[in-house]
Amino acid sequence: MTANDAYAPGRETTEGTVYTVTGGDWDEFLDEQHDDRIVINMGPQHPSTHGVLRLVLELEGETVTQARSVIGYLHTGIEKNCEYRTWTQGVTFVTRMDYLAPLFNEAAYCLGVEKLLGVEVPRRAQVARVLLMEINRIGSHLVCLATGGMELGALTGMTAGFREREEVLHLLEYLTGLRMNHAYIRPGGLAQDFPGDWKEKVTEFVGVMRSRLPDYDKLLTGQTIWRQRLEGVGYLPLDGCLALGATGPILRSAGLPWDMRKVEPYCGYEEYEFDVPTATEGDCYARYRLRLAEMHESLKIIEQAVDRMEPGPVMIADRKIAWPAQLSVGSDGMGNTLEHVRKIMGQSMESLIHHFKLVTEGFSVPAGQVYSAVESPRGELGYHLVSDGGTRPLRVHVRDPSFVNLQTMPAMSEGGMVADVIAAVASIDPVMGGVDR
Amino acid sequence: MTEPTGTSKDDQEPTGGPQSSAQASGGDVAEHRARGGETPEGGEHEQAEEPIDAQGPGSDLTPEGGTRTVAPAARGRSGMFGVAGSGDTSGFGGLRLPGYVPAPAERPYGGWFDGFADDFAQALAERGIRGAVQQVTVDRGEITFYVRREAVLELCRTLRDDDALRFELCSSVSGVDYGEDVPQRLHVVYHLLSMTYRRRIRLEVALDVDDPHVPSVVEVYPTADWHERETWDMFGVIFDGHPALTRILMPDDWDGHPQRKDYPLGGIPVEYKGAEIPPPDERRAYT
Repeated sequence: MTANDAYAPGRETTEGTVYTVTGGDWDEFLDEQHDDRIVINMGPQHPSTHGVLRLVLELEGETVTQARSVIGYLHTGIEKNCEYRTWTQGVTFVTRMDYLAPLFNEAAYCLGVEKLLGVEVPRRAQVARVLLMEINRIGSHLVCLATGGMELGALTGMTAGFREREEVLHLLEYLTGLRMNHAYIRPGGLAQDFPGDWKEKVTEFVGVMRSRLPDYDKLLTGQTIWRQRLEGVGYLPLDGCLALGATGPILRSAGLPWDMRKVEPYCGYEEYEFDVPTATEGDCYARYRLRLAEMHESLKIIEQAVDRMEPGPVMIADRKIAWPAQLSVGSDGMGNTLEHVRKIMGQSMESLIHHFKLVTEGFSVPAGQVYSAVESPRGELGYHLVSDGGTRPLRVHVRDPSFVNLQTMPAMSEGGMVADVIAAVASIDPVMGGVDR
Repeated sequence: MTEPTGTSKDDQEPTGGPQSSAQASGGDVAEHRARGGETPEGGEHEQAEEPIDAQGPGSDLTPEGGTRTVAPAARGRSGMFGVAGSGDTSGFGGLRLPGYVPAPAERPYGGWFDGFADDFAQALAERGIRGAVQQVTVDRGEITFYVRREAVLELCRTLRDDDALRFELCSSVSGVDYGEDVPQRLHVVYHLLSMTYRRRIRLEVALDVDDPHVPSVVEVYPTADWHERETWDMFGVIFDGHPALTRILMPDDWDGHPQRKDYPLGGIPVEYKGAEIPPPDERRAYT
C-alpha cells in the first residue's frame, strides 16, 4: 500500500504512518470501459465463511462466475512441530488440528504409531476408542448443523445445535478430563481408564440425544425455507467427487456408500451393526440429511460399545511403550497416584530411570512408514507417518478431509448465486484448523 | 558430525559410518547403495541402468534386489548423547539416526500384492512403459513402489484407467525430507486408493534437492492440485505442468520451504511492531 493510494490516504503520527481505508462508489469503477464483472473478497473474517476462510468471488450481478478459496490463515506448523517432539507428545499436537474432531485425530495418529510399532492395544481401549469417536462424531455433526444453520439464517438451528453439543462436550469432559484437545488416546491405548460411573453417564447421554435429535427433523428437515435454500444447491456428482477427492458425507450424498468403518474396519468396527446412510441427490440438502442420519447411527454404535466394554487394562502391557503413569484425581487435581510415586521413587532406582527416559526421550519406533486412515465426520482422515527409528517422527503428514473437500467449493458454487456459495461451503463443513494445520 | 557416539548399550545398531545402513537393509545391497550414495550424480541417470518392468504377466516388477538409491544412508548416528554444552535430552539437541533404507521385497509379496503386481506389470507392458518401477517394498502390510520421476504421470494414468487396477482416488500427495546428508533426500509420496478393489498403494519418487522437479499429476487426479501446492510450499518440490503452482499455506512472499529439515523450527523474524521470536532452544534464558 502506498501513501498516495486514492482509497487509503496515509498520514504521519507519532505511532508511525496511519492509513485510513475508505471505500468508493461502484459507479466510479463501472464505467463504459468496464463490464459488470466485479471481484469481491469474502473473508477471512466473515461470519458466513465457516472460520478464517477467504473466498474470492468473481460476480456478474448476483451470479458467481468464478470462485476460489484462499487458505492458510490458521497455519500453525503442527506437522513440523511434531518432528521435534516424541511420538507420545505428538498426540497433543494432532488433537488440535481438526478441533471439532479431536478424538479422530488422536485415534488415527495412534493407530499409525501402533502400526509402526507392530503392537495391538487391549480390547477395552479399542472399544473405548470407538465409543469416544462416535460421541465425538455426534458433536462434530451438531456443530456443522449449528454453524450451517447460522450461516443460512436459521438461528434456532444454531442455538439448538450448540445446546446439544454442550451435552457432548460435558460427557467428553467427564470421560477424558477435557472438553476439547483431549490428548486422551495415546500410542498403546488410553491415558487412563474411564471414571467409575461412566456407563450411567453415557446411557443418560444416549437417552437425551434420542429425545432431542428428532427435534431437528421438526425444526429443519421439512421446513420450506430450509429446503429451498438447500435443495439442488451445491450439486456435485459422483465423478466430480472422485476427481476432486471428496470423501465423507459429500461422497455419500452422491450415491457411493463409502465409509472407512465398513470397507477398511479399524478398532473392531466390523463387530458393530450400523448402516451407512446414502443419498443420490448430491446436493446440500442430501448432505444435511445424511449428517442427521449418521448421528442416529452413531447412537446405535455407542449403545453397542457400552455393552462390549469389558473390564481390563486400557494400556498395552509392554512397559517399554506404555506411559509410566497411574493417574488419579487427588485433592490438588489430577496426577500420579501417591502409591505409584512412592513405588517409583522409593523402591526401584531402575524404575525411576526408566520412567525418566520414557518421559523425556520417548520410545523408539522402528524405521518405516505407514498410512493409517479413519472415517472422520468429514471423510477420510489419513496419517502418513515416517520413522527413521528414533524417538521422534521423521515426518507426520495429515491428509485432512477438510483440506481436500474444500477443493470442491468452486465446482459446487460456480454458476450459482452468492447466497448458494454460503450453503455450499456450509455443506462441505470445512474446519479451518484441519485445512491449514 | 559423523564421529561415532556409541553410548546406548542396548542399541542394536552400530554407531557411525555408512556401514550402519547394512543393518537396515541387509547385505551387499545396502553396501552397494552406500557406495552409490557417496557420489550422487544426476539422480535418475544412474538408476536407469536396471530397467525394470514389464515383460508380461508373471514377470517381476523389480530386478533382483535393486541396485538403485532410494534413500541411501550416507549418514551416521550423531547427537543426543554426544551433544556438548547442553543438558538437553528433549530432542532439541538433535539426535540424528542413520538414513533409513527400505529393504526391497522379494516374491512372493503375500496377500493381494502378487496378483496386483502382475496386473500392474501387464498394464504397463500394454502401454509400453518400461523401467518405471525401481523397487518394490512391502512393509507392515503396505506396498510401496519406488518409481522414476519421468514416469509418474503415465503410471498414475495407467493405475487410474486400467480395468484391473482402477485407482479412482488419489488420497494424498505429500513430501518427505530425509535429512541434509542423505542423497536424493526429497521424496514425493502418492497414496492411491482403489475403491473397486479396496486396495491402497503408495508411489514414491526420490529427488535431488538441487533438481526438485517432478511431473504434476493434476491432469489425472485433479485433487492433487492443492496437495502439490502444499508440497511445493513446504518442501520446494516443483511440479512441472501444475496449472498454478503457488504457495498455499504460507504467505505468498515467504522465503524458504518450512518443512525441509534444514529449515529451523521458530526463530524466523516476523513483521509485527519489531517483535522478535527467538528459536525455541534460545527462548528460556534465565540470566
